[in-house]
Amino acid sequence: MTSPSTRTLFEKIWRRHLVTAEEQGLPATLFVDLHLVHEVTSPQAFTALAERGLSVRRPDLTLATMDHSTPTDPSIDTARLRVLDPEGSAQLDRLQANCDRHGIPLYAMGDERRGIVHVIGPELGATQPGMTVVCGDSHTSTHGAVGALAFGIGTSEVGHVLATQCLLQHRPNTYEVRVDGRLQEGVVAKDIILAVIAKLGIGGGTGHVFEYTGEAIRALEMEGRMTVCNMSIEGGARAGLIAPDEVTFDYLEGRPMAPSGDDWEAALDDWRSLPTDEGATYDRTTTIDGSALQPMVTYGTNPGMAIPIAGAIPEDHTIEPEKRASFLKALDYMALEPGQQLQGKPVDVVFVGSCTNSRYSDLLAAANVLRGRKVADGLRVLVVPGSDAVKRQAERDGLAQVFVDAGAEWREAGCSMCLAMNGDQLAPGQYAVSTSNRNFEGRQGAGGRTFLASPLTAAASAITGRVTDVREVLS
Amino acid sequence: MSKRFDRYTGTMAPLPIQNVDTDQIIPASYLKVTDRSGLASGLFCRWRYQGGDPEGEPIEDFVLNRPQHQDARILLAGDNFGCGSSREHAPWALVGYGFRAVISTSFADIFRSNALKNGLLVVPVTASVSAALFDAVAANPATEVTIDLEAQTLSLPGGGQAPFEVDPFARRCLLDGTDQLGYLLKQAAAIGAFEAEHPSRLDTRSA
Ligand code: SF4
Repeated sequence: MTSPSTRTLFEKIWRRHLVTAEEQGLPATLFVDLHLVHEVTSPQAFTALAERGLSVRRPDLTLATMDHSTPTDPSIDTARLRVLDPEGSAQLDRLQANCDRHGIPLYAMGDERRGIVHVIGPELGATQPGMTVVCGDSHTSTHGAVGALAFGIGTSEVGHVLATQCLLQHRPNTYEVRVDGRLQEGVVAKDIILAVIAKLGIGGGTGHVFEYTGEAIRALEMEGRMTVCNMSIEGGARAGLIAPDEVTFDYLEGRPMAPSGDDWEAALDDWRSLPTDEGATYDRTTTIDGSALQPMVTYGTNPGMAIPIAGAIPEDHTIEPEKRASFLKALDYMALEPGQQLQGKPVDVVFVGSCTNSRYSDLLAAANVLRGRKVADGLRVLVVPGSDAVKRQAERDGLAQVFVDAGAEWREAGCSMCLAMNGDQLAPGQYAVSTSNRNFEGRQGAGGRTFLASPLTAAASAITGRVTDVREVLS
Repeated sequence: MSKRFDRYTGTMAPLPIQNVDTDQIIPASYLKVTDRSGLASGLFCRWRYQGGDPEGEPIEDFVLNRPQHQDARILLAGDNFGCGSSREHAPWALVGYGFRAVISTSFADIFRSNALKNGLLVVPVTASVSAALFDAVAANPATEVTIDLEAQTLSLPGGGQAPFEVDPFARRCLLDGTDQLGYLLKQAAAIGAFEAEHPSRLDTRSA
């Protein structure tokens, strides 16, 4: 047990946000500092408010964007979308109407601040250390990278937060995920988190909040930290946190919604008090040797089914008996065999994008591999920036040109092929190397098969048209 | 849609697959709705119909298409049910189809929370109870169980009861048929006091 004077980062944030504490079977009422909203999980919540004649309590702490069902094909404008996708279009209109009615700032199609909800939050400096951040989206865990307690909620809860700016919650347990050592060349944040999930299992963090610690985490830049925290939910943890430090403060300073002037100094004082105290303990702890990590790639139909890129899919007799049927079902879907190597496996599509890996540094990493090279014949390569701001910066700095010259498609910002609901998707039977976060059956299109990997692995695979270890391309 | 649950007796549809994610329960192509209706036909559609679409032929082998499980209103699922996306469309689709409860050895956190807000009871059981239930349904699809929320017990086919855990507050709401928003709204004064004491550094309208 943690003594009263020593607390973890999670405990500090939790305590600061208690409107009422948990007692006698009643959940705590937790105040929400920032509520992010998108078109897909909000309409029924706004309807629930309307049915009860309620208004939005804190539009000033609410921020909406359009990302999931927006087309990324630059030739599709709002008018054409109405024809091509009337349902998706109606959903966007509904968000616009709901935000207008309640005075919620909304970054609609064409707005320069628009992007994937988990990309724009940190980019604008809206997500800050010590905050509670929620969104009707499980990858809200991303925002934990700045030291905020951030987690996904369902649509009923979206309604709760709109109406009361609060949530009913039971205190989760804490889980320290410590990654020691220094990463090898070619190993990046995505490989860390895929290795963590492979180790803990996709239900390993259920009921817990991860706090990532250790030298390998500290050495990551902010955007790499976001990649790690983003996939906490794939390990079953609703939230993942990284203690704020100078890297965090440097990243936030000067961003549009970050505090400035005297407020910045006051905020810094406060934020420096957040990291877990010396001597505080977690409910669970695990340690990973970061220096031993290899580039990771998934072979199955959940993010925990991952192997080092040079490795082989496990043999079925090594799988626990009660898990064997699900394991074989996954391989059947993927049309792969136990014991098979993935490296060298031909693919049809490479997707660089999603809230996991669509930030500037992700695109830069991919561009550095692709510069002066061509994508393989017959391969479709989509590069989708996470926000309009990322897109503009990549165009300014010549990254977009690198992708276009290599033969990749350079698209508008959005969720794109991470989930199949905006026109970008795999055809049945196709294989993709994808920098997104979910390889579930049909996630990227009915019958589509996903190999999750880092932007480096994706770019290397784009050149060869096969699952490829980036270190071979670069050497 | 009733959000009440007290006691239910009925047969089970067995889905002995682990880590059923919410993309399988209801794929993203169904997420364009702006209400809660029309989701039942999309429930498990990738496994349920040829081509993954309700327009396609039913896949005979899939549990919801087997005649002996047509009336089942309890889903007997594998471990870590409902992982992945936070979409509440998953419990809406299950409830829309007619399911009243899901039994599993474990549930993903967000799914559990969403289900309980929609009158869909999640019943966590031990691995041995789960195995016994799967065996019983395999031997006789007409096997019935009773889920009693007041007593927090599940009656077992061979006799006996398995106790199960449920969040006490969610349990109270389900038994009374009340919703959680009402409870939160009653805290308006406390919330106002909290806001006054904790001025925000952020204004999302400022950028
Ligand atoms: S990029 Fe994918 S995972 Fe991220 S918010 Fe969009 S759909 Fe969800």
